[in-house]
Amino acid sequence: MTIALALEQLLNGIQLGVMLFLMAAGLTLIFGVMGLINLAHGSLYMVGAFACATVAAWTGSFWIGLVASLIAAAAAGAIVELVVIRRLYDRDHLDQVLATFALILMFSEGTRWLFGSFPLYLDIPPLLQGAVALPGGTEYPLYRLAIIAAGALVAFGLYMLISRTRLGMRIRAGESDREMIGALGVDIRTLYTVVFALGAALAGFAGAMVGAIQSVQVGMGEPVLILAFVVIVIGGIGSIKGALLGALLVGVTDTMGRFLLPKLMLLFVPPAQAGMIGGAIASMLIYIVMAVILAVKPRGLFPPAHA
Amino acid sequence: MLLTRENLVNLILALGLLAVPLAANALGQPFYITLATRVAILALAATGLNLALGVGGLVSFGHAAFFGIGGYAAGILAAHNFSGDPLFFGFSGTNQMWIIWIVAVAMAGLVGLVIGAISLRTSGVYFIMITLAFAQMVYYFAVSWPAYGGEDGLSILVRNQFPGVMTMVPLNYFLICYVILLLGIALFAVIRASRFGAALQAARQNEVRVATVGIQPYRIRLTAFVISAALTGLAGALFADLNRFVSPSMLSWHMSGELIVLIILGGTGRLFGPLAGAALYVAFEYALGGLTERWQFFLGLILLLVVLFARGGLLGVLAGKARHG
Amino acid sequence: MVEPVLHISNLVKNFGALRATDGVTIDLRPGEIHALIGPNGAGKSTLIHQICGTLRQDSGIIRFAGQDVGALTVAERARLGLGRTFQVSSIAPEFSALRNVMLAVQAKEGSSFRFFKPVMRDKGLIDTAMAMLERVGLTARARIPAAELSHGERRQLEIAMALALQSKVFLLDEPMAGMGPEGSKSLTRFLDTLRKEAPILLVEHDMDAVFALADRISVLVYGRVIATGTVEEIRRDPTVRTAYLGDHA
Ligand SMILES: Nc1ncnc2c1ncn2[C@@H]1O[C@H](COP(=O)(O)OP(=O)(O)OP(=O)(O)O)[C@@H](O)[C@H]1O
Ligand SMILES: [Mg+2]
Repeated sequence: MTIALALEQLLNGIQLGVMLFLMAAGLTLIFGVMGLINLAHGSLYMVGAFACATVAAWTGSFWIGLVASLIAAAAAGAIVELVVIRRLYDRDHLDQVLATFALILMFSEGTRWLFGSFPLYLDIPPLLQGAVALPGGTEYPLYRLAIIAAGALVAFGLYMLISRTRLGMRIRAGESDREMIGALGVDIRTLYTVVFALGAALAGFAGAMVGAIQSVQVGMGEPVLILAFVVIVIGGIGSIKGALLGALLVGVTDTMGRFLLPKLMLLFVPPAQAGMIGGAIASMLIYIVMAVILAVKPRGLFPPAHA
Repeated sequence: MLLTRENLVNLILALGLLAVPLAANALGQPFYITLATRVAILALAATGLNLALGVGGLVSFGHAAFFGIGGYAAGILAAHNFSGDPLFFGFSGTNQMWIIWIVAVAMAGLVGLVIGAISLRTSGVYFIMITLAFAQMVYYFAVSWPAYGGEDGLSILVRNQFPGVMTMVPLNYFLICYVILLLGIALFAVIRASRFGAALQAARQNEVRVATVGIQPYRIRLTAFVISAALTGLAGALFADLNRFVSPSMLSWHMSGELIVLIILGGTGRLFGPLAGAALYVAFEYALGGLTERWQFFLGLILLLVVLFARGGLLGVLAGKARHG
Repeated sequence: MVEPVLHISNLVKNFGALRATDGVTIDLRPGEIHALIGPNGAGKSTLIHQICGTLRQDSGIIRFAGQDVGALTVAERARLGLGRTFQVSSIAPEFSALRNVMLAVQAKEGSSFRFFKPVMRDKGLIDTAMAMLERVGLTARARIPAAELSHGERRQLEIAMALALQSKVFLLDEPMAGMGPEGSKSLTRFLDTLRKEAPILLVEHDMDAVFALADRISVLVYGRVIATGTVEEIRRDPTVRTAYLGDHA
């Protein structure tokens, strides 16, 4: 039943892609509007997951936990923006990298301080437990499908927000011309805080959703953050559309590579080594894809016109 | 050489690093010798990065890749030498440090050439993220390739050898690392003062100007990136021999971040900035680590304050603003 | 007629909907100063950028020293002998004036891949650079960081760098701007002697300087060359008078 297995892997890839999009969208928005590179974005993902797990454990409800994750991440984002980030907009990228690297250290160690070193567990809500039959006879967990649906919904919502609302108009104005937006009479400081909190909420939401299928622990945001960087570099930094396509490309390439490459290697080398070589290449595959794309288009697939 | 304030501070730093292990040795405290050796090695790694980042303005967030490659060069050569399994063409590794150093420099330089050739086509945030991503690629390769320990890392059972020196004696190994550090700093100084260094600094200040006089900034930067990677790789080999262990953590992005932090703490682009930064960092780690388990939190806080309020780093405070001829 | 050193034909450059260079054909002959004038936003700087390669043309041909340079990089064109100054000065701000010129000297010598000899003890390099600074009258300011030089001095510094490159052509984008009347006069005298070394394409708003120096003038309006001719021809040209010169002539 390899077709069914492949379909399952494809869905896993899309699910990873959708989660990466939630991370990448925030990163790319923050860069597009404020010109800031934020390494601590993965910490906000972690904050969302911890908030959800803690509140879900208190209240017994995943859903209340999910709402809490949005609030906690957005609040953490807003506070960090007010206290630290806004001092960095005029600084060079090196300062931004270092300051947000420092924030990671503080967030990680602070979380360990509050919650200890053991992972928390978050259960899938009863409504979304169980599996769905796929064509071909295998089953696929309902919750993962729900993640895909939720991610698609958020992507759509984000698109509507940016293209149809006043806030979106201001964000687009901020991306193309910071002076103009000031001239329009928009309070740019508030706008920046709102955009940062919005990006944080997206990351927190992703962390909460993923928290139910992985353990919730310190450092969980870092691998995702780096994949999200790959996504926005491929997509073109500042482009939401690029983030969406890049996320799906990275999610599917990574998952399918890990699934297919060891099998592909069987054609060339003995079985004992096929798994090893295939696995090693698969772990590097998205970076190779990134290198190839950059060799052709150094500013990514959808470079923003004004940059 | 003029006895400026900066040169005086540099001299004190260099002598201070030598004095600590000598005193520790006299007092029978080998632990402090190991700390000083750590400082010397980290300072060498950061001196390598400082060439790209401080002089050339190339914010590489992937220098852990070169540090780790140097480390694995030492680990792999030693492991083959120990087991006798041929590595290639009947060559079964070595336990001679100087051969290991050459291999570490060559491998790190080669990988630096490939990563640099692609990354330097971009600039700004793209460059930061791409160097990070490539380092991550090397990291995942090390984790998923089981032949040399994968995630668990690789032990070097007996420290490698150097002709005429008992390398297992802590003070001896410190002295080896110290001499190499001084040579590395001297190389940095010579390159920075040369025609090549002038072109590299000018490319940081104004890329268009450099191109307009007819120098390709890309070639200058790529060359600097390769030298920088090679120096950091050499430090990696020394680090592996210090710990007698190498693992993917040497390749992790925290390591890359740490190397940048060392430079900033000490003073970006300054000759002795990396040494000042490494000394400060290891002292923090040791002092804070003794006070609280949560020292990383306070390290983050201090770093944040330095970035926000004390841009020149330690040398900026001690020796004033950097000067250009 | 002598072969032109620099020959541009049918050059086109669009910025989105704006056609900043609209089919420009222009040449530069040995020994001449060819002035390029036109109102603000006419596309003069954009043209210089394309000749030097800091902007890439959409179509058209740029021939220099007998070869098509339209696809070469900025550095390659500079090495062929295109020397330029910028409307907004472009210098290495942390370096002293001297070190800026030393950079140009080492570039001319093709010696940027020397790793050992310290530049500040390189007497040959320093002396050559000082000679260039002396020619533009910046000797006294040699050790000042370029960032601290006045606008006019930065212009002079850029010219010194172009001199150090021993360029075959000078492309000067508003060298008089920010100079003051005395500075303009001495720069005018200097450019008059410079043309013996290499022809100059001179973008300039200072009409006194243009009329004093130019062998030929081209007038650029909305990206198009509306007239090319001697000073007298341009002064008399009715389209130029209405489009640009106004009562100035
Ligand atoms: N990078 C760019 N992107 C978009 N438009 C540009 C760009 N550079 C120049 N322009 C536009 O192209 C036109 C020509 O500009 P250019 O600077 O070449 O004019 P100029 O003749 O040098 O004017 P001035 O005398 O003021 O220096 C102007 O309308 C300008 O706004
Ligand atoms: Mg202009």
